[in-house]
Amino acid sequence: MIKMSARSDCSKREATLIRTLAVVFALVTVSFFIMILGHNPISVYISMMDGAFGTGYRLLETLRKSVPLIITSIGISLAFRLKFWNIGAEGQIMMGAMGAAFIALNFPQLPAIILLPLMAFTAMISGGIWGLIPAYFKARWKTNETIFTLMMNYIALKFITYLQYGPWKDPAALGFPKIPNFSQNAVLPDIFGLHAGWVIAIILVILSHIFIKYTQPGYEIEVVGGSENTGRYAGMNVNKIIILTIFASGSICGLSGMIEASGVNRTLSVEITRGVGYTAIITSWLSYLKAPVIPIVCILFASMIQGGTFIQMAFQIPQSAAQILQGAILFFVLGSEFFIRYKISFVKQNIPEA
Amino acid sequence: MDASFFTAAVVAGTPLLYAILGEVITEKAGNLNLGVEGMMLIGAVVGFKVALITQNPWLALGGAMIAGGIAALIYALLTVSLRANQVVTGLTLTIFGTGFSSFMGKNLMGEVVPDNIKLAFADFPLPLLSHIPVLGQVFFNQGILVYGGYIATILAGLYLYNTQIGLNLRAVGENTAAADAAGIKVSLYKYIHIIIGGVLCGLAGAYLSLVYIPSWQENVTAGRGWIAVALVIFCKWNPYRVLVGAFLFGGLDIIGFRLQKYSFYISQYLIDMLPYLVTIIILIVVSARKSISGLPPANLGDSYFREER
Repeated sequence: MIKMSARSDCSKREATLIRTLAVVFALVTVSFFIMILGHNPISVYISMMDGAFGTGYRLLETLRKSVPLIITSIGISLAFRLKFWNIGAEGQIMMGAMGAAFIALNFPQLPAIILLPLMAFTAMISGGIWGLIPAYFKARWKTNETIFTLMMNYIALKFITYLQYGPWKDPAALGFPKIPNFSQNAVLPDIFGLHAGWVIAIILVILSHIFIKYTQPGYEIEVVGGSENTGRYAGMNVNKIIILTIFASGSICGLSGMIEASGVNRTLSVEITRGVGYTAIITSWLSYLKAPVIPIVCILFASMIQGGTFIQMAFQIPQSAAQILQGAILFFVLGSEFFIRYKISFVKQNIPEA
Repeated sequence: MDASFFTAAVVAGTPLLYAILGEVITEKAGNLNLGVEGMMLIGAVVGFKVALITQNPWLALGGAMIAGGIAALIYALLTVSLRANQVVTGLTLTIFGTGFSSFMGKNLMGEVVPDNIKLAFADFPLPLLSHIPVLGQVFFNQGILVYGGYIATILAGLYLYNTQIGLNLRAVGENTAAADAAGIKVSLYKYIHIIIGGVLCGLAGAYLSLVYIPSWQENVTAGRGWIAVALVIFCKWNPYRVLVGAFLFGGLDIIGFRLQKYSFYISQYLIDMLPYLVTIIILIVVSARKSISGLPPANLGDSYFREER
């Protein structure tokens, strides 16, 4: 008979080992899949690594892809700490980018030093509001936030599509549905070859770590996330905490949208997010919502995405293989948690089954 | 608006009907599976692929249902046996399913469902019933999968409310510990009903790719899986109410397209927001006026671990 019991003796090293094993198992499982497709999994993985880190340019591309992932993960983790299942990052990024584009397109002549902060500010407000709406109803009536935030994604997507095909369409694009490019003043400057977004990402990682670990509101989020009732008995204004935290979470995601629009795309389009809002859910969870771990996981995931585009060219394996790999890794890590939390022992059964 | 609008609403509502039923059954076992969208996409692509290879409509549906069931099995393994967080596991299933379908569907772009399969799912009037004025045209002059949806709804209702197993199932969702103490095999019940849910979602996806569209396009579900999860709340976990919810939203799904015909000037993209907006409004209204009859199974979303009681 198999006996399971809770354990608290799992050391940090043991836990890391179990999680690493889980990732290895995921890679092995996906290997079988690659073999069925008629490729050598080892050479596919190697060329994925090569595609992500092989040259200076590829490394830069990987980092470029990890910036929005890191910022969005920071935003999402904030909400997840409250057990507010914000899967609306995708929409919050889009609305943030929309807010930034609104400023960039209307005030293209402003000097960059005023224009860029103004764009960032508007992006944070619009992304924040996109998170605030479901948060308000969650606090007020416990309205299911998972579905609410998701529906907000689709509404944002339709709204941007409307802008792109309608009022914001570039008249100079000869009927092609695209929004005009930003002026040079509205483009984030490069720092060491990569747009300044990476500096913002690092600052956010540090700030959010300090915020959660060492400040009063950070502590309150931890308490309310653990148990709303505990928070209430301790005299905390639970609703206010929910609303403010999710506003912050949405604004960080919105900022990520501004950085993508300004630093990478130099315009707004329906493809602005490239699924970052969903991928960041995986990366936040795999980082255990811990800010210092987030950059590591995100760079790893960005390398899978970047490597994924590479194997598409080298092996004609569709890019979505990277998505399958990411899903598989999370499945295995989710499953491995069980072996960290519980001890499994095999015991001889003496009593006959009734 | 003419009767043809309502006929089309029933067609558009049928994939929702299967998916909502699947999620109702899953949630009755106390498990919230947010992987509906992913399981639908997996069913859609597998069904389509099998249809192209075998040219057989029933094998295609069977393949889609098995694929949906296997996807649900992954979820069940993680959440029931390994007690992983249900929300995150379901989300992962959706992300995985999206990747899987776009991966498998890469070479299917532009392919069309073979004619014999279209024929198998084509509309045919039911004797007697189709002669009922208006209603006959709307409900009883449809394809076999629409009729299948009615039957599935009635079967699910009878199963949940009029059988011993259905009663046991509800006990598992309402009070897992008590059900366990009463000798109900909790894990078995959860596994079986999560898988049934996945099978129905797979079928819902196949309906989209084989009957509704019927050619391959990426991301055929376009959020319908999520709307289905929301409509479970609207339908108050009651299979009979699923008919109402599904067909109401079927109507919302096609209204934008219809309104254009009447040269009614609002951008198509803004009208396309309607189903999502109405879903939100329903969520808010339902949560604002909670009644006893409309509550979710009490242990929905909780992992159950006998030793921790």
